[in-house]
Amino acid sequence: MTTLTINGKMIEAPGGTILEVSQANGIRIPTLCHHPALAPKGACRVCLVEVKGSRVLQPACTFPISEGMEVQTESPKVRAARKFVLELLLSDHPKDCMTCEMCGNCELQDLIYEYGVKETPFVGEQHEYPLDDRDPFIIRDMEKCIRCRRCIRACDEIQAVNAITMINRGFRSKVATSFDTRLQDSNCVFCGQCISVCPTGALTEKDSHGLGRAWQTTKVTTTCPYCGVGCNFDLNVRDGKVVKVTSHWNNPVNKGALCVKGRFGWQFLHSPDRLTKPLMKSSLWKERKGTEGAPSRYEGFVETDWETALDAVAEGLLTAKSEDGPDAVGILASAKCTNEENYLIQKLARREIGTNNVDHCARL
Amino acid sequence: MTLKELERIRAKAQKELAVRGVEIPPDSELKPPRPGEVRVVLRNCGLIDPERIEDYIAKDGYFALYKVLNMAPEQVIDEAKRSGLRGRGGAGFPPGQKWFFARQAVAARPAPTDGTPPAYLICNGDEGDPGAFMDRAVLEGDPNSVLEGMAIAAYAMGATQGYIYVRAEYPVAVEHLRTAIPQARRLGLLGKNIFGKDFDFDVDIRIGAGAFVCGEETALIDSIEGRRGEPRPRPPFPAVSGLWGKPTSVNNVETLANVPQIFLNGADWFAAMGTEKSKGTKTFAIAGKVKNAGLIEVPMGITMREIIYDIGGGILNKKKFKAAQTGGPLGGCLPAKYLDTPIDFESLAAAGSLMGSGGLIVLDENDCMVDVARFFMDFTQDESCGKCPPCCLGTKRLLEILTRMTQAAGTAEDMQTLEYLTQNIATASLCALGQGSVNPVVTTMRHFRDEYEAHVNEKFCPSGVCKGMFHYEILADVCNGCGACRKKCPDKVIKGDKKVVHEIDLPNCIVCGDCYKACKFEAIAIRPGPTPKSRLPERR
Ligand SMILES: Cc1cc2nc3c(=O)[nH]c(=O)nc-3n(C[C@H](O)[C@H](O)[C@H](O)COP(=O)(O)O)c2cc1C
Ligand code: SF4
Ligand code: SF4
Ligand code: SF4
Ligand code: SF4
Ligand code: SF4
Ligand code: FES
Repeated sequence: MTTLTINGKMIEAPGGTILEVSQANGIRIPTLCHHPALAPKGACRVCLVEVKGSRVLQPACTFPISEGMEVQTESPKVRAARKFVLELLLSDHPKDCMTCEMCGNCELQDLIYEYGVKETPFVGEQHEYPLDDRDPFIIRDMEKCIRCRRCIRACDEIQAVNAITMINRGFRSKVATSFDTRLQDSNCVFCGQCISVCPTGALTEKDSHGLGRAWQTTKVTTTCPYCGVGCNFDLNVRDGKVVKVTSHWNNPVNKGALCVKGRFGWQFLHSPDRLTKPLMKSSLWKERKGTEGAPSRYEGFVETDWETALDAVAEGLLTAKSEDGPDAVGILASAKCTNEENYLIQKLARREIGTNNVDHCARL
Repeated sequence: MTLKELERIRAKAQKELAVRGVEIPPDSELKPPRPGEVRVVLRNCGLIDPERIEDYIAKDGYFALYKVLNMAPEQVIDEAKRSGLRGRGGAGFPPGQKWFFARQAVAARPAPTDGTPPAYLICNGDEGDPGAFMDRAVLEGDPNSVLEGMAIAAYAMGATQGYIYVRAEYPVAVEHLRTAIPQARRLGLLGKNIFGKDFDFDVDIRIGAGAFVCGEETALIDSIEGRRGEPRPRPPFPAVSGLWGKPTSVNNVETLANVPQIFLNGADWFAAMGTEKSKGTKTFAIAGKVKNAGLIEVPMGITMREIIYDIGGGILNKKKFKAAQTGGPLGGCLPAKYLDTPIDFESLAAAGSLMGSGGLIVLDENDCMVDVARFFMDFTQDESCGKCPPCCLGTKRLLEILTRMTQAAGTAEDMQTLEYLTQNIATASLCALGQGSVNPVVTTMRHFRDEYEAHVNEKFCPSGVCKGMFHYEILADVCNGCGACRKKCPDKVIKGDKKVVHEIDLPNCIVCGDCYKACKFEAIAIRPGPTPKSRLPERR
């Protein structure tokens, strides 16, 4: 156990950074470049605290505690330094929260509000970058980037793709792919991890633009229907409609990470093209019922109900089994089903039909 | 390699060297030592062939390593501490202490079982200060002294692999290292079981792309690991967790080149040079308005006056000394009142500057201090890694204000903003680049506030540097009508008959400064206000 004082209060902790120990003891320290899912970086200087004996202020997010340490997290010096950093960030930021996708969900906005930085004392050049909407799924507005490098770390540490990095030095430094290309011309896999950790409106989901603010949507945690991994995520729902998928960090399956399908492939949910009723081949219908049947939007198919459709399938399977033996039948199950459904499918194959010809797409 | 063999090589090489002889080539930046200089680090430079290890051995090379390998590592560390040697890369931290911490960290971990080294030693040869070339001179002129220093350091701290990080702009240094390392390996002075002892050590070269920030030790480690060099917060210090997470000591070229000499001649010999807390010698690259610019090595504690006037030969063109920038772009500008301050780590820090790696730029009365501050800020802003806002954005705002001031657009508010920025950048930046970036501004503001005020309040550059902020006037009571200025004026706007006071036709003068330089009688003065032809366009 290490004993230290934070803001005059004696605290015992097994170890960790000043930030971790403070958080565990109910002392809030503001952060910007820090993200619980990423290795600490010490870049943004918003978490600066006073450590007795240190010539300069120290970042709480990286500084390890030690025996007898004395820390001040809210001294005038500390607050002044944080305000200074925010003033600098604001002096290079398009102040257009009104139309910004992240408004209400932006960590920079929250801090500017908390520290009351109405105006910045610094006038000077601001970055001018064209809005980069040339890619599918992701819009990059580098004028809103605060160079916290969370996206870079997510791409490296979570996704292990390293599609993006910092280029240039000084004021011209910028998050970019190598040679500053479009994401689709890099090795980016459009997993969107970078968006999920970006504290500002610099990286946003293209298809969700304008569909709803954070406070207008409700988060519904669910499991991704696409594959057997079974990632968890949050559906952001506004007025009964899904408008966005965001990471759900506290789950043991994927710990916030997603792939391109899970994160960006939600539009099918409300598509008019979705099959909501079973279809049967028109010829089969005519054979079985002797009528033309209800026309569907698909040529050669008629709409039907589950009863009729399943009857036809069961009959077909039984005929195949009796005429050509059970191994004439093979069943390929889907990873979009639950484990229980897949269990039942193999029961159907093995016990009812009597074949081992059963497989599953997640195995491919 | 055994002691006997080494002695045999030395005897033979000494004879050969005496016959063959080597001399500092006349075009070299390194001149033979001037009175007042003491050469420890540079002692072999120019006097041996850097591409022949035998030449180095002739000068007792690798005898210190032999001596050290017969001592316990702890003894080596103690001896290094006792010598009072401090790091020459800028911060002045004692290398013995660094090796001690690294050794402790090695002992605290289980020995690696995967064949990787237990710890690393890095020689920092990035040398990014503009105008500094001390480390280059050592790497080019005496690479083996650095290799021997590295081997000693590695033994003391417990490293088995070393890297020399050299900037790509130093091709000759790289070439000489590429010759020296295999030669040392061939003689068994690098590699396994050096001098038959249980000590393995090898060295590889890593070439940097010339970013100033990659000289910062944690950024340098990133760069060797193959990533973009960006400083990391400390702790953990590299001595505990550095290159690939292993205990690592980063030492400067000059620091390491001192090490063999300390063990050859004893810690007491070294500690006898210099001041109480700054021992030994220091190399300086003197540049600017001084007669003998170039590389020198002097005992610590020497005054700036001795360097500039006795060794440097004084100020060019009989001008007046105004200030000296020590410590490179992160150092400070010291005015004449510091001429007699001893140059050592403490005194320079007390004066608001730095020892840095040893750049020394001499400025005279025609250097504008606001413009000098702007120049250094331009450099640091360009070289900031961009990781933390105080430095990345703060130096940008500083640069913008200083630029405005030198373009007749500064305001009184700008003065306050400058102070606000410098105070906060110094305490909030992540690394010493950001923290030190404000030093040129802080020191020039402290010592030359009148110049800042003239720029801001009167839009006047008293040194006659900032375009559009002054004009020339011929002083009627001084001018003797020699006509030198008239002949030099490119626009022929100076009128006057022989032996009669001359006059500048101001409405047509472009303020090029040719007359000012031509006048031998100080009859031309710098006055506030632009001429119509030198006025800057209105800023929007
Ligand atoms: C921006 C910056 C640039 C630096 N550049 C160099 C350099 O070029 N060479 C060097 O030896 N040290 C440089 N340093 C200092 C190193 O971080 C480190 O302190 C030094 O290499 C340690 O060696 P020493 O103890 O022998 O001085 C630099 C530091 C900073 C902050
Ligand atoms: S990124 Fe944040 S601070 Fe910036 S405009 Fe958007 S909401 Fe406002
Ligand atoms: S979408 Fe994924 S792969 Fe592409 S840049 Fe972002 S984190 Fe990297
Ligand atoms: S894009 Fe977002 S996450 Fe990436 S550095 Fe900029 S602000 Fe940070
Ligand atoms: S102080 Fe400057 S160079 Fe150092 S980490 Fe911050 S931005 Fe990079
Ligand atoms: S050079 Fe000097 S002294 Fe000679 S004419 Fe010009 S101002 Fe007069
Ligand atoms: S949160 Fe600690 S420096 Fe950014």
